[in-house]
Amino acid sequence: MRYRAEVFVTLKPVVNDPAGLTIRGGLHALGFDSVTEVRAGKYLVLTLDESDAAEARARLDDMARQLLANAVIEDYRIELEPIAEPVAAGERPA
Amino acid sequence: MRTGIVVFPGTWSDRDCAHAVLDVLHEPVRYIDHREQNVDGLDLVILPGGFSYGDYLRCGAIARFAPVMEAVADFANRGGLVLGICNGFQILQEARLLPGALLRNDSCEFRCEWVHLRVEQNNSAFTLDCRPGQVLRIPISHGEGNFFADADTLDALERDGQVVFRYCASDGRVTAASNPNGSLRNIAGISNARGNVVGLMPHPERACEPLLGSDDGLFLFRSAIHALARVAV
Repeated sequence: MRYRAEVFVTLKPVVNDPAGLTIRGGLHALGFDSVTEVRAGKYLVLTLDESDAAEARARLDDMARQLLANAVIEDYRIELEPIAEPVAAGERPA
Repeated sequence: MRTGIVVFPGTWSDRDCAHAVLDVLHEPVRYIDHREQNVDGLDLVILPGGFSYGDYLRCGAIARFAPVMEAVADFANRGGLVLGICNGFQILQEARLLPGALLRNDSCEFRCEWVHLRVEQNNSAFTLDCRPGQVLRIPISHGEGNFFADADTLDALERDGQVVFRYCASDGRVTAASNPNGSLRNIAGISNARGNVVGLMPHPERACEPLLGSDDGLFLFRSAIHALARVAV
């Protein structure tokens, strides 16, 4: 089964985020005074083939723990959805 | 002191390190390719500064999985001397050979300037020749040197004497104004519990000759030579 996974990596709440503060400053400079906080992070989109959703999620957890996020400073969240297998050219309906 | 200098794709301070060790201190040097799988026969392994693997994802995150890093970890665990400078410090943290992490500078600017460092302890292999409280003048050159660790880890580092260098004023006072990047407690460099692995953001290899503005960086390399002599005796 083919899956599309979105991985959101964000700094832990306790970690200072200079980029987020700078973006908030930019928004305030543009007059968006209602913004009280901005947290910047990373957004990764992975396509992977796994036997089922549980297996896919377990593998993605491993990936996040080992590489995609640094547990010292970052949290992560994974969203997973199955995607349709590409149809081979010969099987395409006329 | 047989010194190996690891070269990853994107490393940029390898030649500066070799110049300091070979040309200034006349100690033998070899470059270690990131694909090598052993570091046998060496006394000191330096992870130099740069932008390994483009610093993609996080600084040091990809380098940490280079084939050579398993050998470096074994070497460190056997008591071999390891010095991580700038990107090398980031790699040591990603490899969990040192605690904490290095965030983007609080200014969001790349900082390339001279700083003063207060030596906090002389138990590490790289500060043996220093006296606690000594002030070194050494340059920094980084965008992500903002030292972070959670409160418990910070307290443990302080308690166990693993804070090696702090950013300070020229008279040694640790002040907010002398902190170039927002590092918690002005921490510029730390060691592991054993003192054989040290990481720091400033570049001692760029301060090894008066012509360059300072030779204070030699304290670190000479300390390593003396640490090795002490082990050999």
